[in-house]
Amino acid sequence: MNKDELIKKMYDSIGEPHKHGPDVAHVEIHQNKVLGIHLVDGLHIDAKEVEDGIEVEIVVEKNAKIEKPIKICFGMIPKTGIQRINIYTRIEENAKAGIIASCTFPFAEDIHHIMDSEITVGKNAEYAYIERHVHGPKGGVTLMPKTKVSLKEGAKFRTDFELVKGMVGKLDIDYEAICGARSILEMTARVSGRGYDTININEKALLEGEDARGVLTSKIAVRGHAQAFVRNTLIAKAAGARGHVDCKEIVQDHAFAKAIPVVEVLHPKAHITHEAAIGSVDSKQLETIMARGLSEDDATDLIINGLLNPQ
Amino acid sequence: MGNKAILNNVSMELWPGYVHAVVGPNGAGKSTLASTIMGLSGYTHFTGDIRFDGKSIRGLSIDKRAKKGITLAWQEPARFEGLTINSFLRAGARDKSIKNISNLIELVGLSPDEYINRAVDTTLSGGERKRIELASILGMKPKLVIMDEPDSGIDVEALNRIFDAIRALRENGSTVLLITHSMTVLEKADHAFLLCDGKIFKKGSIEKVSAFYADECASCDHKNKPIPEYADE
Ligand SMILES: Nc1ncnc2c1ncn2[C@@H]1O[C@H](COP(=O)(O)OP(=O)(O)OP(=O)(O)O)[C@@H](O)[C@H]1O
Ligand SMILES: [Mg+2]
Repeated sequence: MNKDELIKKMYDSIGEPHKHGPDVAHVEIHQNKVLGIHLVDGLHIDAKEVEDGIEVEIVVEKNAKIEKPIKICFGMIPKTGIQRINIYTRIEENAKAGIIASCTFPFAEDIHHIMDSEITVGKNAEYAYIERHVHGPKGGVTLMPKTKVSLKEGAKFRTDFELVKGMVGKLDIDYEAICGARSILEMTARVSGRGYDTININEKALLEGEDARGVLTSKIAVRGHAQAFVRNTLIAKAAGARGHVDCKEIVQDHAFAKAIPVVEVLHPKAHITHEAAIGSVDSKQLETIMARGLSEDDATDLIINGLLNPQ
Repeated sequence: MGNKAILNNVSMELWPGYVHAVVGPNGAGKSTLASTIMGLSGYTHFTGDIRFDGKSIRGLSIDKRAKKGITLAWQEPARFEGLTINSFLRAGARDKSIKNISNLIELVGLSPDEYINRAVDTTLSGGERKRIELASILGMKPKLVIMDEPDSGIDVEALNRIFDAIRALRENGSTVLLITHSMTVLEKADHAFLLCDGKIFKKGSIEKVSAFYADECASCDHKNKPIPEYADE
């Protein structure tokens, strides 16, 4: 397969067009090869191939505002292999950018996708990183995304991890953020597990600066024999720091779910709340949809799909 | 349900294509009646029968009853995190085209552009949520719809939308069971029942039931302890 065919195949598998307008920056990475790259003003991306993966450096220049989200598509079309990705992202002071990363492993039988990422969002800068996964029906993927985030004064960062199509396989999310004064963090994971999927989510944020704000959200649906463990930790250390930990897990069949929200407040003027709801679909919701003529199974799917929707 | 039956000896006949009102004090059993007809969980144990189109629906699940054309607009409708108004309305609508869904939203006085992609969650006001409930049952073109206090917690403008909705249902040939506390809503019905203490206390023309309800029930100091001599039968 040549480069263009591979790019097309990757985009096809996530149901997105493989052509972009000139004002949309994009990068395509297959296994340890950069297949395509297109940049816009203010954006620098350097990619270096290493043995079983790739090292990427992304910089958005000071004051640069990149209006259209940057598209990154990475994945593997083969059934087996390892993809190791190290990404260093630096959003400089006052800059603004967003990335939509699509990760596709449509035919996976035994694939390891290991991602190590470091993100710095500079003073008053704004950054959004959305990662959407599309997996095949066999669930042969081991995903290990690890991210360390540092938010400078007044920075805004939103990240959203979505894995709701195909089988998960094994997922081990490990996100950590340190939040400076007046920064705003929103971290969300939305995952649907089935079969023998195992889902581990560890999100941790330290609200270190005054008036820092953070919200950690996990929305998980597990069925079959899938298992989900969510451990979200929010620590507030400074005056005016505010945070919320929200965990919703819907459990069906023989699935298993566990949530441990940890909140720590180390300053009398900080405030953190948490909310965890684990269980079957709410019966009133179910009865409402059934009273519109849907079977219990269809009604359940509709409610879960809604919950897992990006908000 | 517990030791004491909430409904007692309730015998009602609904005429196809007519609007029937049910009035009665708080706790009389109006919502219980609605839940029993819809077959909600916890409301399936009773003696007697419920017949629809000549057949018993006693043993049928909620969705089977809905497939026969029975539906319920809840007094306190459920909230759904993330589920869009579009998906919610499409779930029950016979015509699932975007044009029809927009139409339904407009019918209840909301702007389709603003609302179609909003979630049916806690960010909707109480009145907005009730309007969406109304839109949802209209989309089903049901044979029998039970509306449990569609007028509670809504403004005057929305009240007119309810009247429009009742008119639309009437034109569609739907049978309506309209639970209400409001005399203005009661007047839109063809026939009424007065429920007190889980029993049908009065039934008949709107004039008869509303007169009794206004004269006797409004000033009642023995709620859900009806005086037997006043009963119809
Ligand atoms: N599932 C239940 N378990 C126990 N008691 C119930 C249940 N459902 C209803 N009840 C009781 O039955 C009585 C009738 O309730 P219902 O909700 O039907 O009244 P209503 O006529 O709809 O009143 P309102 O005008 O306040 O809506 C009340 O006393 C209520 O507390
Ligand atoms: Mg009621």
